[in-house]
Amino acid sequence: MSGMRCRRCRRPAVIEVRRHNAAFCRDCFIHHVHEQVRRAIEAFDMFTPQDRILVAVSGGKDSLALWDILLELGYRASGLYVGLGIGGYSTRSAELVRGFARGRGAELIEVDLATEYGFDIPTAGRRGARSSCSVCGLSKRYVFNRVAMERGFDVLATGHNLDDEAATLLGNTLRWQTDYIARQFPVLPAEDGLRRKVKPLYRLSELETAAYAFLRGIEYVVEECPLVAGNTQLRYKEALNLLEATSPGTKAQFFLSFLERAAPLFARQDEVALRPCERCGQPTTGRFCAFCRTRAQLLGEPLAPPVTDREVAAGASEEVLPAEIHGGGAG
Amino acid sequence: MRVRLRNPDREVELAGARTVQEVLAQLAIDPDTVLVIRDGELLTRRDRVREEDRLEIRPVISGGAG
Repeated sequence: MSGMRCRRCRRPAVIEVRRHNAAFCRDCFIHHVHEQVRRAIEAFDMFTPQDRILVAVSGGKDSLALWDILLELGYRASGLYVGLGIGGYSTRSAELVRGFARGRGAELIEVDLATEYGFDIPTAGRRGARSSCSVCGLSKRYVFNRVAMERGFDVLATGHNLDDEAATLLGNTLRWQTDYIARQFPVLPAEDGLRRKVKPLYRLSELETAAYAFLRGIEYVVEECPLVAGNTQLRYKEALNLLEATSPGTKAQFFLSFLERAAPLFARQDEVALRPCERCGQPTTGRFCAFCRTRAQLLGEPLAPPVTDREVAAGASEEVLPAEIHGGGAG
Repeated sequence: MRVRLRNPDREVELAGARTVQEVLAQLAIDPDTVLVIRDGELLTRRDRVREEDRLEIRPVISGGAG
């Protein structure tokens, strides 16, 4: 039925990857995806089979594909799902993530933002000074690092793909945010109070992660987050896709060549001094971290160091490294 | 053929057999931004689809939640 043949085995192809000028059958495509992730892990010494990996899972294609790939490759990968309170979208996401974990017998950790920290994302978007997407990213990064620290994980993995990274790099470059650019790397090393962060899907496009999830029978949330419409990340992706349509490989060349040739030139921009947040103890550049500041504003609470053990336990924090604030999708 | 589009969910009817590439061109959709699915199988651009087929065209772009 297919006019295309698999590059590896010559059977009928089910997916075409134009930037590689190749098409693949199901099995060879899955092999291709695993190889791309293996190459990414090795190229940046992301982790070893002994490391405990915490995968940030949203219920979307990228994060569930990443979790699946790491388990298939034999890594010790647990999932972390953050309940954002975005109505039916969050309900469906949580159900799919739980179903995935059950089906694979994998450990899933859940943190509900409203229960643990007193606000959800729609409320934060309406009340706060930050956009919904900004508070969402801030909250997920905070919870992600905190859980990893408290539960003894060695490394945090997110499902950022090639399109995410290329779009973020485009945005950072258009504004010449050199400090952000300096930290846009597939591995961010551990620092005092911060776990190592890795992006093992950086060599794979969104088309590849979606096709992988589909071909592996992974049920994921197809609908877009209702709060995300029109965000700048989407506009950058659309602009890059216009270029890619006539010159396949443009996105990969933009980001992978950046890693190879340009990233080292920006490395010295990244020298910031970290100190513990006076409220929660997580690393930050000022007295209070961005998460604590945002949360205090949303809840109408004074921003001050905690005075009771209960407050310490409930305290919230977040690193405020610039590149982190400008993250793309959580995968 | 009946074509289900997503985000937002909607359906369109197209007449006549053609290639997937032609279907996508008619709908002004970039082939690199979608999965094309028929009966639980992925199709490539050059696959032919029939009048009686039901297709799903599923976008792959995500803007934040991933």
